[in-house]
Amino acid sequence: MSIPVLKFDAVIVGAGGAGLRSAIQLSEAGLKTAVLSKVFPTRSHTVAAQGGVAASLGNSEEDHWTWHMYDTVKGSDWLGDQDAIEFMCKKANEVVVELEHYGMPFDRTDDGKIYQRPFGGHMSNFGEKPVRRSCAAADRTGHAMLHAMYQRNVKANTQFFVEWMALDLIRDEEGHVLGVTAMEMETGQVVIFHSRATIFATGGAGRIFYSSTNAFINTGDGLGMAARAGIPLEDMEFWQFHPTGVAGAGVLITEGVRGEGGILRNSSKERFMERYAPNAKDLASRDVVSRAMATEIKEGRGCGVNKDYVLLDITHLDPATIMKRLPGIHEIGIQFAGVDCLKEPLPVVPTCHYQMGGIPTHYSGRVVMPQGGDMNAVVPGFYAGGECACASVHGANRLGTNSLLDLLVFGKSAGDSAVEDLKAGRAHRELPKDAADKSLARISAIDNRKGGANVHETRLAMQRTMQDHAGVFRFGDMLKQGVEKILEVEKAARELEIKDKSMAWNTARTEALEMENLIEVAKATMISAEARKESRGAHVRDDAPDTAEFPNGRNDKEWLKHTLFSPVDNSICYKPVNMQPLTVEPVALKTRSY
Amino acid sequence: MERQDYERLRWRCIRRALLELDITLTRFLDDGFDQLTEDEQVAFVELVALEDHDLWYLISGKEECNDDEAHFVPIVEKLRKCSVRLAN
Repeated sequence: MSIPVLKFDAVIVGAGGAGLRSAIQLSEAGLKTAVLSKVFPTRSHTVAAQGGVAASLGNSEEDHWTWHMYDTVKGSDWLGDQDAIEFMCKKANEVVVELEHYGMPFDRTDDGKIYQRPFGGHMSNFGEKPVRRSCAAADRTGHAMLHAMYQRNVKANTQFFVEWMALDLIRDEEGHVLGVTAMEMETGQVVIFHSRATIFATGGAGRIFYSSTNAFINTGDGLGMAARAGIPLEDMEFWQFHPTGVAGAGVLITEGVRGEGGILRNSSKERFMERYAPNAKDLASRDVVSRAMATEIKEGRGCGVNKDYVLLDITHLDPATIMKRLPGIHEIGIQFAGVDCLKEPLPVVPTCHYQMGGIPTHYSGRVVMPQGGDMNAVVPGFYAGGECACASVHGANRLGTNSLLDLLVFGKSAGDSAVEDLKAGRAHRELPKDAADKSLARISAIDNRKGGANVHETRLAMQRTMQDHAGVFRFGDMLKQGVEKILEVEKAARELEIKDKSMAWNTARTEALEMENLIEVAKATMISAEARKESRGAHVRDDAPDTAEFPNGRNDKEWLKHTLFSPVDNSICYKPVNMQPLTVEPVALKTRSY
Repeated sequence: MERQDYERLRWRCIRRALLELDITLTRFLDDGFDQLTEDEQVAFVELVALEDHDLWYLISGKEECNDDEAHFVPIVEKLRKCSVRLAN
C-alpha cells in the first residue's frame, strides 16, 4: 500500500508545554516544523498545572540557582543527575523571562516585577527556610503558558496537525530516527512524517493507575512508541501520588480537609491514623498518611464492594465552616463521589499524579540509550522533553513547580539541540521500505480481530493491577504477583478487538491504540518497581523500612543508580547517577528529611 | 446528529485538559446527550468549545453564564445535575 509521505525538517509529537517550547526554537531558526497533537494545543494537560514555575529570580527576597539546585537534588532523594539539575536551575530565569516576553501574564508585585510565592520543598540558603520562588499567573499558570507559546508558534509559522495521533517511531537499521507514522482522526488516513529531527513531548502516562489526577489524554503515547522501537525506559518505578483523590474519579481533595479536622476511617469506621501516628493522627505527613491508607486497604479494611478505598469524614464539622474554609469540596463530593460530604464521608484513595521516569535523555534533550558499552549513546535524530522524558532532574521525587520548569528548559534544550544538529548537516535519511508496515499491521489487527479482548475491560484490569500492586506504598509479595498479573494483562492488550470499523473519527480504534501504549508503561513500571529492593523518594516498600543502617529505607550502596527497562525482552539494567554537576561542587549524599 | 459529527464531538469531550471535564462530559454523553433537543445539541457543541477552565467554572457553579451565553443555561443546568456513577 502506498502511504503519503510528508517531509519536514522537524516533527514534534505533542503540543503541550514542552512541544510548543521546542517548536518555537525550531521554527524561529527557519526550519520547517510540524507539531502533531491529539487535541487542540491549548487543550493539552499542561493547562491543569496551577502551582507555578520555579525560578530563582529573587524578586521578593534573596535567592540563588544553587539553592534551587540543592532543593531539587534533595527532593529527588539524590537520584537526579546533578549535571541536568544544575542545567535546569541555572536556565530557569532565562526561560521564565522569555515567557514573559512572549506575553505570559505573570502575577506582578507593586513595582511591576514577576510576583513570587513560596512552594513546598523550595528553600533558601541550602535548606534553611522557605523561599518565594514560584512564578504564577493566578490559578491558570499552565493555561496562560500554553496560550503565550501557541501564539508565538503561530507567528513563527509552525505547522500544526491537530487531532492527529502519532503511531510509531520510524528507525532505520543503524538506529537513526527518521520520523513517525501518524493517523489523521478525521479520515483514519495513515501518513509518514519524514523528518531530520523527531522530538517527543507527549506528556505522562498517569492513566495506567486506577486512581489518577491525570486527564484521560495522558496515555503515554511517546513512551509506548519509544518502547516499541526498542528504546529503554528510565526510572519508571517512580510515580508521585497524592494521598486523597476521590475514589473512582481521581479528582483531588485538598489536604486542607484534614487540616480543618477531617478524619480518615476504614470499613469499621475506625479512625485508623491513631494506630499509625498516635500524635499527629490525620495530620501526619503525606507519605505517612498514604502508607497507612494503603496498608488498611491491603489488609482488607478498605470500603466498598472491592474494599479499595477508605473514608474521609468531615460530617462532625460545622457545615458553615466547611463551606467557608473548604470551598468547592462540597461540589466535588456531589459531582464525583455522589456524596454530600456534610452528611456522609467521602471515599478517597492515594492517587497518582506525576511520572518521574521516562525516555532517557541527556540534558541537551538528546535521547540516549546503552550501546556498545556506552550507557548514554545518543540515538541520532531523536529528542525528548517534558514529562515523557527523563533527563533526570526529578529523580525519585519531583518538587512542586519544577514540572513546568522542566518542560520549558528541556523543551527549549531539545529544540536547540535539534537546530544545532540540523545546521551541522543532518540530512533526511532514506526511509526503510517497510517504514509504515508495523503501524498498518497494528491497525489492521485491531480492526479485523474477532474474539479479542475488550479495550475498556483490559484498561480497567491494567489500572486495578497497577493500583493494587504498585501503588503509593509497595509490598514485596504484591509486586511479585503484580509482575505476573500485568504480563497477563499485556497478553489481552496485544489482542484487542473493536466493534466499530469506521475509518473516520473512530474513537474506539484510537482508544485501542492508546491502550497499546499504556500497557508498555504499566509493564515497565511494575517490573522496575519489583526489581528495586530499597525505598527512595516516591518508591516506598514495606520490606525496605527506615533503619539506622538505611535511613528511610534508602540503600545508596546498592541502589544509587538509574533503572533502564528494556521492552525488547522485559530485562533491566542500571546506569550510574551523575553526581557531578557542571560547574559547582556536588550536593553530597545525606538523609532526606524536612 | 450524523455519526461523524457525533464522534468528533465525543473525542472533543473525552480528551480535555482537565480530568473534571473528561469525567463530567463522558458521563453526560452517555446519559444525557440523547435527550437534548436539536437546538440544545447545537448549543452543547458551542459550549464544549469553551476553554477548559471557563467551562469547568460554569459547570461547577463557580461562575454563571453571562448575557451572551444565555442559550447555554439549560445545558449547564443539566450538566450540573448529571447523575454520578461511581465506578465501584
